[in-house]
Amino acid sequence: MKLRKLVEFFGLEVAAGVKGLDREVKGGYCGDLLSEVMANAPLNCVWLTVQGHQNIVAVAVLREMAAVVVTGGRSPDAETLAKADQEGIPILRWPQSAFELAGRLYTASVGAGPPA
Amino acid sequence: MTQPSKVWEDGLLREFKADLHIHTCLSPCGDWEMTPRRIIRQSLAAGLELIAICDHNTCENAAVTLQEGRRHGVAVLPGMEVCSREEVHLLALFGNMEHVLDLQSVVYAHLTGENRADVFGYQIIADETDHVLAENRRLLIGATGLSLEQIVSHTHARRGLALCSHVDRPANGILSQLGLIPPDLEVDGVEVSHRTPLATARQALPGIGSRPCVTSSDAHFLADIGRAHTVLRMAAPTLEELALALRGEFGREILI
Repeated sequence: MKLRKLVEFFGLEVAAGVKGLDREVKGGYCGDLLSEVMANAPLNCVWLTVQGHQNIVAVAVLREMAAVVVTGGRSPDAETLAKADQEGIPILRWPQSAFELAGRLYTASVGAGPPA
Repeated sequence: MTQPSKVWEDGLLREFKADLHIHTCLSPCGDWEMTPRRIIRQSLAAGLELIAICDHNTCENAAVTLQEGRRHGVAVLPGMEVCSREEVHLLALFGNMEHVLDLQSVVYAHLTGENRADVFGYQIIADETDHVLAENRRLLIGATGLSLEQIVSHTHARRGLALCSHVDRPANGILSQLGLIPPDLEVDGVEVSHRTPLATARQALPGIGSRPCVTSSDAHFLADIGRAHTVLRMAAPTLEELALALRGEFGREILI
């Protein structure tokens, strides 16, 4: 699924990294310990986290993520948004908890793999 | 009893055994026994000449510990272990009470919630005779609303030193929380816990890079004081000398 489609369908706010909206989304991941996310997040995923530090952009680049969703209505740091624009990594915002969004994404077959 | 300041006026470089991360009974997780007087007594027994008092998000037991240290010949730096909004712990060490109290007021302004002693532990402000003066009611175990960068800059603005706490730990260390140390974060060094020998720290944790590295006890119990310590070559056990030793300037250095 194209990230742009997902953003529109779930009404995610694009906070930065608009030029990356045509990325392909192939899965999802949740986590707030960046060391753990760095080790285990799948490539091309959307990552749901409450962390707003600029290092989330570095982790996203490293894991070739489609996007980062900052959940719980939190606002990422200004440096994070600037870095994300630079790297073309979309930073999206979601007002509710990661649980609420992850459930919706899973139900919509994001990360369910290619149809048999 | 020694009179430290007189001995150190000759400007010669000596080796100082330092433990720069000790909690008191004011930290909710700190043992009852960790009163200023007992901490100084235990530091002497452990052969420490320089210690730093770093309670979680507070410094209300530092002044009494400084005073007790002065009486018994242990140099004490007042400090705090501040928890950033990324839930990274940072040690902020200062040269005097005025500067640390100033940071404490910034931290308090960005710290919400009330402690539940039955869940997190008691937060005791003690006097020099091990008596309870008051209980701190703030949620000291909590995270402040301050970013890492803000804490470092608030610390530097008060001429303090900022070190990343226990970078080898799976909880509340910068490497576990944020995966890597942001290259532009102007910390003065990093700390490893007693579990990682200083000699192998850089190898075990490549994320440290070339940053100055010390080790300390992070003691919450009396018996833990000095279980890890750093030997520093300096002219005196002061913040200014520590800053030089961290940077490896003028012959001052961290000995491994």
